[in-house]
Amino acid sequence: MLFVVLIFIPILAAIAAAAITSNALRPWIMVIAGSLHFAVMLAILIFQPAPIWDGWVGLDPPGKLVLLLISTLFLLCSIYTVGYLRYRRERSNRVLIPCLSIFLAGASLVACSQQLGLMWIAVETTALSTAPMIYFNRTPRSIEATWKYLLLSSVGIALALLGSFFLVCATLKHDPYPSLLFSHLVRHAGTANAVWLKMAFVLLLVGYGTKMGLAPMHTWKPDAYGEAPGVVGALLAGGLTSCAFLAILRVDRVCISGGLQTYTSHLLIGMGLLSMAVAAVFMLGQKDIKRMLAYSSVEQMGILALGAGIGGPALYGALLQMINNGLTKGMLFLSAGNIHRSYGSKNTDDVHGAMRRLPLSGTIFMLGFLAITGSPPFGPFISVFTILNAAFSRHFFVIGAVFLLLLLMVFMGMGRTVLVAVLGKPLPRKRPINAYRDGWMTALPLVVSFLLVLMLGVHIPPFLTHMLQQARKFMEVRP
Amino acid sequence: MHWLINTPLVIVLLVNLFMLGVSRMRSLIYSAAAQGVILSALPLLLEKRIGLMIIIVALVTAVIKGFLIPQMLHKALRDAQIKREVEPLIGFLPTMLLGALGTAASITFAAYLPVTQAGTSTLIIPASFSTVLTGFLLLTTRYKAITQVIGYLILENGIYIFGMLLLTAVPFLVELGILLDLFVGIFVVSIILNHINEAFSSMDTRQLTALKE
Repeated sequence: MLFVVLIFIPILAAIAAAAITSNALRPWIMVIAGSLHFAVMLAILIFQPAPIWDGWVGLDPPGKLVLLLISTLFLLCSIYTVGYLRYRRERSNRVLIPCLSIFLAGASLVACSQQLGLMWIAVETTALSTAPMIYFNRTPRSIEATWKYLLLSSVGIALALLGSFFLVCATLKHDPYPSLLFSHLVRHAGTANAVWLKMAFVLLLVGYGTKMGLAPMHTWKPDAYGEAPGVVGALLAGGLTSCAFLAILRVDRVCISGGLQTYTSHLLIGMGLLSMAVAAVFMLGQKDIKRMLAYSSVEQMGILALGAGIGGPALYGALLQMINNGLTKGMLFLSAGNIHRSYGSKNTDDVHGAMRRLPLSGTIFMLGFLAITGSPPFGPFISVFTILNAAFSRHFFVIGAVFLLLLLMVFMGMGRTVLVAVLGKPLPRKRPINAYRDGWMTALPLVVSFLLVLMLGVHIPPFLTHMLQQARKFMEVRP
Repeated sequence: MHWLINTPLVIVLLVNLFMLGVSRMRSLIYSAAAQGVILSALPLLLEKRIGLMIIIVALVTAVIKGFLIPQMLHKALRDAQIKREVEPLIGFLPTMLLGALGTAASITFAAYLPVTQAGTSTLIIPASFSTVLTGFLLLTTRYKAITQVIGYLILENGIYIFGMLLLTAVPFLVELGILLDLFVGIFVVSIILNHINEAFSSMDTRQLTALKE
């Protein structure tokens, strides 16, 4: 029952938002839906209802973490959206708000789906609902970004579907009652055909990896994040990527129980390091702050894949990193959105001295940069350190060293752009004076996510540690 | 009984080659529609006991792939008032040759794959691989946005053919969901197509070059 409510709240909100005619009232629907969704999510985590619909919909431990993250992030973003859209009165949000709600429904369904096909449908729903959001600004550049996003993610998701079919095909021979339920697939993976299983994993990794933004399928990311409103960037970088990571984890679990532990681990580590390297290179000399954040997201996805590949304690680190990344990306994209609004530009040729012009947003942007690059005392420091530690203790010495080097490169590359943007004096205004000032609605979500990131760096609440440990245990299956 | 399945699949393979060589956009859309309708009949030929659900799925597939999606593409073509010709990056004959080579490679490759169940002796796996390759060829070697959409549609058709192996495993609810997603996807794409056309006065994807490093 609770699951049905969880998924139908955003769907009803989307219908309501499409029906409301007032442009000013419509964004409030999101706040209502976000709060209700958050409450139901908490109820689900506390009461742990049994799976419904023949086990198709239910929560596994990693799904719980993703659900917690998405719901929190969406609530913060919904408050921000109301504030943000006050500065965009000229533009109708009749498409944006329903799409945001559908996105929430899709993302919750990804977290709760225990069936391969249903999960694919849910991921596809999130992908489709995002396209009109990227196109919100209606500029030729945003069309270009939307087109590239749609084409790449559609092909990616098609490959994921083919991979899902291969996965089922692998188990078909020795299984009289085939099913697409993950629990069923894990049980029968032992007798699965290794050739089909390997092909399935590659296709699924490429397919869902496109959604996640792992290199070399990351090319849509800078365009989409660069052209979309900041709040959409936050939801994509924090929410959508986590959903795709969850999909890869679930598939990985099936393949591990099919005896492909080393195979999947090598692929994940390789792709993780490649993503970090690509991000580090493209971040150097990046002048567009939102595109820079996109490359930072590519790097973060690399870290997640690397952690999942190393496994054990590193997987614990990767899951914690997923939460940290989601919240920190929220901070960064929302504050970058404020800076963009105030300067009318997101290029460091125009943006200087953001800390003077927007004391709050500028400072949070700076702190967000320190957090995402793994500086203490913020959350990501703990998770990155856990992964690094696990790499060395599991004798992946070279990988650990390369990981450390890439982290340093990213820190330097990102630092140059961020420091130019936030320090110094604002240039004399070339553009017409912009009315944007930090108001409580566009500042509160930033501050809350900052406090959460800080808290995760200093003290991880026991319930979260418990959830993370459950998820790690869940992923440790025997072939 | 294999001929019953293999005959439509051979037609699908021939349609693939035809689509790679055709220069008129309209013919391309019609071929894609024809391929969709042929594919929608496959489950009826494969399944021994034909229930109500299977008929509904076949009908919905035929309507969406054979009628609704081609209709949207025709509309996009009309609205855009573009030159009704496919503009290729690689010429038609070379792509056809590539397609033929791809088909041959698919058949050889499929023969090497381990047999997973009875019924794999049909052309299902090679036809699926070859159709997926055709889709990729159309996606990568044609400039117009609308041709790329058709390429994606063909890619999806290839995956659908593979799904025939899993008729018992994949519940129809999932199949309908997948179909619906495809439909909505093409719908969103055709809206964006229209906007590309308005903003750039062309559907040529070579115009989309503002965003790059």
